Amino acid sequence: MDRFVFLTVDGLSRGAVYAAFALALVLIWRAARVVNFAQGAMAVAAAYVAYTVSAATGSYWLGFVVAIVAGLLLGALVDRVVMRHVDHASPLNPVIVALGLVLLIQAVLGMVYGSEFRPAEAPFSRSALTVGGVAVLSPYDLFVFATIGVVVSALAWMFARTPVGLRMRAAAFAPEVSRLLGVNVGGMLTLGWALASGVGALAAMLVLPTELGLHPHAMDLVFVSAFTAAVVGGLDSPPGAVVGGLVVGLLLSYVSGYAGSDLTPLAVLVLLLAVLLVRPGGLFAPVAARRV
Amino acid sequence: MSGTDLLVVRGLVAGYGAAPVLRAIDLTVPAGTIAAVVGANGAGKTTLLRALSGMIRPAAGQVLLAGEDLRGTPVEQLVRRGMAHVPDGRGVISELTVDENLRLGGLWRRDRADAGRALDEVYQLFEPLARRRRHLGHQLSGGERQMLALGRALVGRPRLLLLDEPSLGLAPRVVARTMALLRQLRDRTGLTVLLVEQNVRSALAVADQGVVMSLGRVVIAAPAVQLRDDVDLRHAYLGF
Repeated sequence: MDRFVFLTVDGLSRGAVYAAFALALVLIWRAARVVNFAQGAMAVAAAYVAYTVSAATGSYWLGFVVAIVAGLLLGALVDRVVMRHVDHASPLNPVIVALGLVLLIQAVLGMVYGSEFRPAEAPFSRSALTVGGVAVLSPYDLFVFATIGVVVSALAWMFARTPVGLRMRAAAFAPEVSRLLGVNVGGMLTLGWALASGVGALAAMLVLPTELGLHPHAMDLVFVSAFTAAVVGGLDSPPGAVVGGLVVGLLLSYVSGYAGSDLTPLAVLVLLLAVLLVRPGGLFAPVAARRV
Repeated sequence: MSGTDLLVVRGLVAGYGAAPVLRAIDLTVPAGTIAAVVGANGAGKTTLLRALSGMIRPAAGQVLLAGEDLRGTPVEQLVRRGMAHVPDGRGVISELTVDENLRLGGLWRRDRADAGRALDEVYQLFEPLARRRRHLGHQLSGGERQMLALGRALVGRPRLLLLDEPSLGLAPRVVARTMALLRQLRDRTGLTVLLVEQNVRSALAVADQGVVMSLGRVVIAAPAVQLRDDVDLRHAYLGF
């Protein structure tokens, strides 16, 4: 029972990170109809910037903030310099370009920082507090939950309640009509990329201390899990991405705890395959709107 | 009529790809009047509206709105110049609520207070919309969508309203109500309307000026009364 509680909490904590990362994928998918396969590499690049800043200044929190800013800027840059110029007539084109970006970013990071693992610092203790003799949450888990809770709520509030959120949704659903109504659709697209990439950078900062550390490929497996989470939730649904992230986190935690951690990459792929076979639209696919 | 021309089009050539759909269109719409563009399918009526609002880039010619050349103005800026385009199919964003669709029409405005007033006016003008504020666009009937698209354009307080086939797929009663509303807006607020219609009879009934297009050209531009009454003209171009 103790073990089950531990695995559940650990799974939810990892799942929260997957949820944030999946949410970033959904943001770009909704805005640009592109699955951003470069998101993991972009997030790692932002984390390296944070590492450099923290190493130079000795401040974790300065690095943390810089990582998010670097993520925002990198997202805007990728949209303006690369994705804007890709012909979207075939959905495969942006995918191939994104994969090219992965190779480019990882190669540049390898050249600059080398490919050994660098330690990723956690700002709070990762050892679990015991409640009634059962090891439950670590202060770091609480930090992860709180941060992601705040970010997800802030994004939800922004999209649902603010003028810029309304513009972003309109631009994503009906770009042509939105332009006729005075919405700067190109600007909204760049903003979407920036936000998604910022959330991705945040997720990387949260997950890296729980992994082996900083490495150009450090987010590869996280990306696969988050992509699965996004597909489980339906690529179009932000709440679906959050639930999908938690589901994938729990599943991986149980598989790794009861069946061995070697099996987790396999478990992710089995889940991905199962969802694509049974419900390719995802569990939260909205009812197709009637088009007139 | 105020006597000044709000919209002046000179030698407008536009189309998709190499072959132009519009071949040298000349058109003048005085401020505070309704002009109805009629003609057979494929005459280029919808293309004309799309070229006016910049959704397709004209190959040649000039579009003047209140004397200002619109060439090179990005589509999203036209609404700030006072032009509202309600596209064919009406462009209600089905994933957004009625209220969100309407607010979107006024988001570009700096004068937030007046944007709010305009929104209230539209809700008063279209009672059914006020009752369905929280409904999504795809839950509305055809007539309600029509109101929503028109109302959304009006929230921006346009000087010139481009309307593409407002009668398409609607019951005659709804069409009559729409046309009456256009006339009312012209008389009360001085709104200028360029209306593209298949439904020639109801369009000419409400319009001040009738513009007949055929194969990408304006073949007749005359007072609507004259087009209604000239049997030969009607037979030759309008088929009734």
